[in-house]
Amino acid sequence: MSRLLPFFAFVGLVALFGFGIWWNTKHDLREVPSPLIGRAAPEFRLPVLGDPGRTVSKADLLGKPYLLNVFGSWCFACGEEHPVLMAEGKALGVMLVGYNYKDEPAAAKGWLAEHGNPYDLVIADVEGRTAIDFGVYGAPETFLVDGKGVIRYKRIGPLTPDVIEHELKPALAKIAREAP
Amino acid sequence: MMRRVVLLLVLLVATTVAAQAIDPLPFKDHAQEVRFQHLTAQLRCLVCQNESLNDSNADLARDLRHEVFDLMQQGKSDQQIKDWMVARYSKFVLYDPPLDAGTALLWFGPLLVLVLGGVALVVQVRRRARAAATEPASAVTESNDSGENW
Repeated sequence: MSRLLPFFAFVGLVALFGFGIWWNTKHDLREVPSPLIGRAAPEFRLPVLGDPGRTVSKADLLGKPYLLNVFGSWCFACGEEHPVLMAEGKALGVMLVGYNYKDEPAAAKGWLAEHGNPYDLVIADVEGRTAIDFGVYGAPETFLVDGKGVIRYKRIGPLTPDVIEHELKPALAKIAREAP
Repeated sequence: MMRRVVLLLVLLVATTVAAQAIDPLPFKDHAQEVRFQHLTAQLRCLVCQNESLNDSNADLARDLRHEVFDLMQQGKSDQQIKDWMVARYSKFVLYDPPLDAGTALLWFGPLLVLVLGGVALVVQVRRRARAAATEPASAVTESNDSGENW
């Protein structure tokens, strides 16, 4: 028995190693869970892209749930996410607010003109100051905010059909059940 | 030789000065700058996650350094500034994780492994001692041999 002990210890270590590899392929190691989920979204007031005279605040958006999709024309993964938003955005039945993050307004407008605009409204945070209050650390990121202004769900990284089906839609359905 | 050492030292000093000059902040005095360096070294950069805010050249790290600097100018304490960061980016930003239910394994895991190893060791030693006490002398050497084998 004691002769086999090193062997079992080795098998144990191999299993641990394998589990580590499996775990890392299942999870994005860079993903930082947001402490804001279940909390009120931070107050903000940001200009509308292409219409800097007009601003939109958190209070303006209260009443109905909305998706806040952080994107930038400089962001590669946003280009991957974009067709998904174009295809599925409307069918979600929720207001889609684009959050143009650390971008040149002209570049952002060009990007939307070229690839299509899935958003009902686009607000621009050129400095990225408000994004810090939201805990944004990259793009794309997506927040689901309910009618009371509470952040209910956050996606770090691109929305994919799979994520929409298994994470976003259940979160939306839950909000719909609460507020008939 | 001596001249070379002096030259090297001068160059080293020059590089650190240059590194600080990339992102100059108007500190009130040296003590505040030291406090700032100390604080930002304890906060993690979210973009390149193995670097501190103090070390990172990422855009967001620079922005967050400016936020920390502004909060310091408002008279916020180190703890208040850390809380401000944690409220936005979770405890992940702290290089020194606080002890709570979520980090208990991180804090006590090594101790747990040590205790398990210690228990295994004690059990093994006792078993051998007992075997040595009950068996005749010739058998003892044999069991010692088998002990060395593994």
